[in-house]
Amino acid sequence: MQLDKLYQEVILDHYKNPQNKKLSATYDAQVHHVNPSCGDEIDLNITIKDGRVEAITWDGVGCSISQASVSILTDLLIGKSIDGAYKIYDEFVALMQSKGTVEGDEELLEDAVALAGVSKYPARIKCALLGWMAFKDASVQAQAK
Amino acid sequence: MAFDATAIRADFPIFDRKIRDGKRLVYLDSGATSQKPNSVINAESNFYRLHNAAAHRGAHQLAEEATEAIESARATVAQFLGGKEDEIVFTKSSTEALNLLAYAIGSAPKGNKFNLSAGDEIVVSEMEHHANLIPWQQLAARTGAVLKWFEVTPEGRLDLSEINSVITSKTKIVALTHQSNVLGTINPLTELVKRSHEVGAVFILDACQSVPHMPVNVAELDIDFLAFSGHKAVGPTGVGVLWGRADLLAELPPFLFGGSMIESVTMTEATWAPAPRKFEPGVPNMAQIVGLGEAVKYLSNIGMSEIHNHEIALTKYAIAKMSEIADLRIIGPTDTVLRGGAISFTLGKIHPHDLGQFLDDAGIAVRTGHHCAWPLTRKMGVPATTRASFYLYNTLEDIDQLCTSILAAQKYFG
Repeated sequence: MQLDKLYQEVILDHYKNPQNKKLSATYDAQVHHVNPSCGDEIDLNITIKDGRVEAITWDGVGCSISQASVSILTDLLIGKSIDGAYKIYDEFVALMQSKGTVEGDEELLEDAVALAGVSKYPARIKCALLGWMAFKDASVQAQAK
Repeated sequence: MAFDATAIRADFPIFDRKIRDGKRLVYLDSGATSQKPNSVINAESNFYRLHNAAAHRGAHQLAEEATEAIESARATVAQFLGGKEDEIVFTKSSTEALNLLAYAIGSAPKGNKFNLSAGDEIVVSEMEHHANLIPWQQLAARTGAVLKWFEVTPEGRLDLSEINSVITSKTKIVALTHQSNVLGTINPLTELVKRSHEVGAVFILDACQSVPHMPVNVAELDIDFLAFSGHKAVGPTGVGVLWGRADLLAELPPFLFGGSMIESVTMTEATWAPAPRKFEPGVPNMAQIVGLGEAVKYLSNIGMSEIHNHEIALTKYAIAKMSEIADLRIIGPTDTVLRGGAISFTLGKIHPHDLGQFLDDAGIAVRTGHHCAWPLTRKMGVPATTRASFYLYNTLEDIDQLCTSILAAQKYFG
């Protein structure tokens, strides 16, 4: 079934058991992002210490793709250097914009390669990117402090 | 002749194609846009093939034919709505028609009937599509007028219990939807129009979801303005209709300025052609207007009452069948009294986008999200819904397939 390439097991797992989905009391930056075409919303807190992503917490409502994507993001980016996190971010954005032509670097993206199937569904790319855009925004704001 | 949706489907070439690896197309998104019959597609392309020239300009045969083609479409639309030919303004969309009204009203000088000043009131409702909310919200912001609105009850009906305090002697404009694109609710207009006229307000009807689906007669409704879009009524994209009472169109200032909307022009001044020309600057979307004329003929030949009855039957069947599905909650009326064929629903914790994607995989096209009526979905307490909307070419089989796939989605995401 074509759909199974989109809804990989790992996506449904993250959707049902989202990681770091509880906004922390303290943070360096907090952002609120919305997908205006569908109403999905996310709040994301970030803490950056000594050039490393120390914490990312979030809360939000949305489809399985948007919720799983941000959950995977937190697993992947917490503990990484900012430069390393941005490298993963760039790779993920490129994967989403690939229209299904690339598989994604599994070494770099780990669980996030499961979202590769999204790139074949143009209407869903924004769902997968919602949390990543929030991360980028929050990290820039946190570093500007 | 009895209504036959299967025979009607044969007029629409898109139903010959397959979706997502060979599946039958179950198109349940006509609330967003309708499919097109061959006669409309042919009328539009034949205009380009045979008659293309700038209407209302030129002294040659093609220009005459192009003019005749769009003016004959105007007559067809006028008859369809129960208005006069000169009361039909072609716009590029119903969104443009409503914005035309809002901008033209906003530019009405002192002494003009439409002039708005601080403290005047504009009335809308919580169930408006963004296209009939934001133009008025922004007009209020520009003029200092006060935006007021009718609330929506938990059942998805307009709350008219406070009608006399919502529409008051300060009210200048009442702009309401005829049928909610989310809830399917058809609003009872008689009392609303009566109250609006009692206080001297103009009544503007957003008929995008009603004109394509049921008989709508502007004279019987006694309204002042009406907007609908061609593409939701088996017509082409790129054409909308604004109908207005002749005396009101005469009073209303123009919105867009340019060629062929004038009577006389000097370097410093201009006067306007009479309506509808006053509101139609530039070379019109001729092929689309011609296509819309053909669409209206197509619908009229079948009969608007017949189409409405067919949709009521589909809606009744769908509500009964969907109500049997555990965790499925219909957002909107669950009877078919004053209700059209758009059914929005939620399905437990399954997000509408995920459900929509699952249905798509089965060849079923539905709409998901807030349906350009964000304040309404907020009011109904849901972040988003899935919407199935019906039209003349839908069948009970379509609804059976929808329900079967909803059950399968519950297993898949459960």
